Amino acid sequence: MSPRVVYIASNTFREAVRDRVLYNLIAFALLMVGASVLVAQISIDIERNVVVNLGLTSVSIFGLIIAIFIGIGLVSKEIDKRTLYTILSRPVRRWEFILGKFGGLMATLVVNTFLMALGLFAALLYQSHHFQRADAYLLVVLYFIVLEFMVITALALLFSSFSSPLLAAVFTFALFIIGTFSEDLRNFAALAHGTTRWAAMGAAYIVPNFAALNVISSVAHDQAVAGSLVLYNTLYTLLYAGTAIAGAMLIFEHRNLK
Amino acid sequence: MPAIETIGLEKTYSVGYWRKRPKRALHPLNLAVEEGEIFGFLGPNGAGKTTTLKLLMGLVFPTGGTARILGMEVNDPRVKAQIGYLPEQPYFYDSLSANELLEYYAQISGVAPRERRPRVSAALAQVGMAESAHLQLRRFSKGMLQRVGIAQAILHEPRVIFLDEPMSGLDPIGRREVRDLIEGLKRQGRTVFFSTHILSDAEALCDRVAVVHKGELRGIGVIADLTSTVEARVEVVWQGDVPPDLRALTAECHVTGDMARAVVAEPQLDAAIDAVRRAGLRLVSVTPIRATLEDYFVQKLTPHEMAEARA
Repeated sequence: MSPRVVYIASNTFREAVRDRVLYNLIAFALLMVGASVLVAQISIDIERNVVVNLGLTSVSIFGLIIAIFIGIGLVSKEIDKRTLYTILSRPVRRWEFILGKFGGLMATLVVNTFLMALGLFAALLYQSHHFQRADAYLLVVLYFIVLEFMVITALALLFSSFSSPLLAAVFTFALFIIGTFSEDLRNFAALAHGTTRWAAMGAAYIVPNFAALNVISSVAHDQAVAGSLVLYNTLYTLLYAGTAIAGAMLIFEHRNLK
Repeated sequence: MPAIETIGLEKTYSVGYWRKRPKRALHPLNLAVEEGEIFGFLGPNGAGKTTTLKLLMGLVFPTGGTARILGMEVNDPRVKAQIGYLPEQPYFYDSLSANELLEYYAQISGVAPRERRPRVSAALAQVGMAESAHLQLRRFSKGMLQRVGIAQAILHEPRVIFLDEPMSGLDPIGRREVRDLIEGLKRQGRTVFFSTHILSDAEALCDRVAVVHKGELRGIGVIADLTSTVEARVEVVWQGDVPPDLRALTAECHVTGDMARAVVAEPQLDAAIDAVRRAGLRLVSVTPIRATLEDYFVQKLTPHEMAEARA
């Protein structure tokens, strides 16, 4: 990999780490994880289920907020502040900049997820006083959450490469919502006929399949995640995020930086 | 081989949301800047200076013509390693210190790891910011940010340096320091291409200048040659009021206390002196006025543009 991509990624990570908003979000997420312990105390027999469900959902939602709101500003903020001009007037190719920004935000999200996961495991330990075998499945869920962030960040970057931050946020969030219900879209396509069937089927394949990445409820019920699903989800994410990033690079390569 | 060369370089943007219409930001521009020159690119706000610089930096793409730096296409990575650029009103990552910022720029400029620290310190010292090296940029004033901007442009010791309005935001001492810095760069054999709308800065520094207005090149050359084309004028000072005959000769008459002053075109000098004498007033002085770039610039405006400028 080009060393410039690594330099841009490290700088993006450093910038994000020094952003106070990020700390507020992490603190809030940890608070939610902590609150799940309180909720669990009034949930007879399903205490662990509540902590896992609420905790993982908090990790996912707060990570998502960070991915969208930092992601949409990765390019536009650099143009607005003209910092991009001083970068692209150096021997840095535009695709290196996009890849570096993506890498930097992903590193930030991985570290955030790790910190929030520590909070979740601490909450589980407090609630059960010991770890159990099923807790290891949480690591798979956390891995899927990171894959989800990868797709969201790539989409935010793609949309922000040609539209305003506000529109990019709307597009990314809309795709997240539709992607979460992509299974329903497939089921609808199976029941529909004619053009509607093809349109629904096409849309179901185009939107990201976040439903397949969400295994929180089954893990909360101590069900293991199949190894094949881990493999498919990994390949799917690499392909989907890779295509979105390639699209962002292609658009950005030809963009006039007015 | 010129350090910078543009051949018919032009840029037209599409403006409007639904019904796009073309707006020409730069008419075909032909210019060549030799190596080691300080070249001023002058014009009022909106003249096309920043567009030209962005075209030279490969930030926007031309709709016609070509641009070359050191004989290579502007987007050639080999060129990018040899140029420095200060954008207009720069703003940097404010959570970083000046040191961290320059270290980052040194990394992506391809400066060898061992040379980075000394180069960063040298660049900061050169712009008088050595003492603020560890301060976060969010605490910097506009002038301090401008200096850091100049430091990042010269950090990797580029052969050609592009500065967009480098004196903007600086106090008189800061402006003087930047002028000295640019002269120092010239002494080191570097080429400096800078845009400004402050004509006195260009007069103090430039070997040659180009004047642009509304995206069109209106003149290019050595300042003395350009200003020699301006009609010579003379300042006449006398004691007393302004005689009506003299007021008919020029609109530029001012009375301060018991002294009056008029600026007239050189061919009208005799008539002006005669008017003062006929009115029985005491002539105090007659001084030729050196033509400035401003006079040259005004001369290059069409009557319609002059009216627009006054409005």
